[in-house]
Amino acid sequence: MRKFIDSLSSKLMCTFTILASFMAFFIACGLYVKSKPILDITSLKILLTSSSWHPLKGEFGFFPFLMGTFWVTGLAMVLAVPVCLLCSVYLAEYAPRRFRETAKPLIDLLAGIPSVVYGVFGVLAVVPFIRNAAQYVGISSTGYSVLAGGIVLAVMVFPIIISVSVEVIQSIPYEARESSLALGATHWQTVKKVVLRKAFPGIVAAVILGFSRAFGETMAVLMVVGNVVQVPHSVFDEAYPLTALIANNYGEMLSVPLYDSALLLGALLLLVVVFLFSIAARLILMRGEVQ
Amino acid sequence: MKIKWSHIEEKFFKALMVAVTFIVLGSLFAVIGVIVFKGGRALSLSMITQTPRGGYYLGKEGGVLNAIVGSLYLGLGATALSLLFSLPIAFYLQKEYLHPRIANLVRLSLDVLWGVPSIIYGVFGFTIMLYLGLRASLLGGITALTLLEMPIMVRAMDEILKMVPNELKEASYTVGATRFETMFTVVSRQALPGIVSAVILAFGRGIGDAASIMFTAGYTDHIPHSLFDPVASLPLAVFFQLGTPFREVQERAYASAVILLVMVLLLTVSSRLLTRRAAKYVIR
Repeated sequence: MRKFIDSLSSKLMCTFTILASFMAFFIACGLYVKSKPILDITSLKILLTSSSWHPLKGEFGFFPFLMGTFWVTGLAMVLAVPVCLLCSVYLAEYAPRRFRETAKPLIDLLAGIPSVVYGVFGVLAVVPFIRNAAQYVGISSTGYSVLAGGIVLAVMVFPIIISVSVEVIQSIPYEARESSLALGATHWQTVKKVVLRKAFPGIVAAVILGFSRAFGETMAVLMVVGNVVQVPHSVFDEAYPLTALIANNYGEMLSVPLYDSALLLGALLLLVVVFLFSIAARLILMRGEVQ
Repeated sequence: MKIKWSHIEEKFFKALMVAVTFIVLGSLFAVIGVIVFKGGRALSLSMITQTPRGGYYLGKEGGVLNAIVGSLYLGLGATALSLLFSLPIAFYLQKEYLHPRIANLVRLSLDVLWGVPSIIYGVFGFTIMLYLGLRASLLGGITALTLLEMPIMVRAMDEILKMVPNELKEASYTVGATRFETMFTVVSRQALPGIVSAVILAFGRGIGDAASIMFTAGYTDHIPHSLFDPVASLPLAVFFQLGTPFREVQERAYASAVILLVMVLLLTVSSRLLTRRAAKYVIR
């Protein structure tokens, strides 16, 4: 009987595991099947490079949305990466033990804050700040802009990048540092020439993980970027990222022919990019673990 | 003595790093501070004890009890359901069951799922629901959130289960226990603090997510009575109220954000306390 329970439970667990590991595949297939109708009519290349978005006329050009996503995510990474890098070096190398032990849970707390709360923060604090700052430099802007989205997203990816980087930096053997210090290098020189060089792949992986989080973030971005269909030309312009497009229109406009197919194609694009990036990041991190 | 360039560099970067660390920690306090400051004023008892009355979205009487209860239903349902799946999967990833190389592949695919944007779960869930002829409901929301929570839970548990010392398992096998008995009585008890914190982590993620339940759970002013009723949720309450042009309603969005934030922060704190309590079964 006990043997029977053991083998039965083992089979059940195996089924769950198989289901879970093919989940990603199921989702990708499901989205592909649903976005097939539009791919049959228009080629992917035209869809991706055309700027004309007139669903009622059957024209679905994703270019403005792709650029919106690209600008907002790119700006968030430009803001977040240097900050996260310096912060994780400080926490892993310089900070007194007690400070590190207090700071880490606080940073993890940042990761737990829901994205709508970040969105509200953006609307209340970041958007007015940008409106005033833009006025100050003589540009008229509503404040709902690429910059607002970038700042909010940057804060959201802080905890992801920092917690992975700190772990990577701490895993570097102390001997590597000692030999550098023994040669008379200062602490910062050691960090720069030895620690960061050894931690480089791991930090790249951390950045990629942060990137894919920022890339797929919906609510917070939706609330602060303005959602105007255009290719942004400066950081003070409004943008309309892909995720916001899906969130705003899916579920309502299903009567327009091909609209849902186009939106699901958008979701598929997001999924493919996230797949590629997170597989790359995980492979880098796994290789680091094996060594 | 001549001041060396390298020492200036050292001082400069150290100062820069301290400043940056304070920016990061400051952003945490800024987010919490701004939300609590703006939302705290609009927060009242009726916000958390009443459902919306007629004209609520024009600034009349009422509260967001429907959303609070809805979020709890969604969060608890999804967390229970994903615990049901996650624990067996996390056990199965251990070396008793699965070859480490295959287990690593499964881990990779779960990590990829972990990174899938929540809006995709929402869209995918809704597509499936359309196919099955279901409308936006509590059941749909719970399903979408389960998809979102499961990879988080499995990976967090898996990391903990990996740490359980081999000797402990061997002792159990020596006295004739099967893998099932060893896993569910010995290993799970040793890993209990980690399992508890994994569950709470996933719960917090689920309760705060809006994009995945936007299409699948719908929105309503009433507390749902069955699994097939649409259900309101706090994140969407924040979002919708913020989108109205009325000042009073927007202020209530801030207040709802405070309620959501407090719930998530309480979860984090309770996670620490519960983890400590669960640690009494751990053998060192």
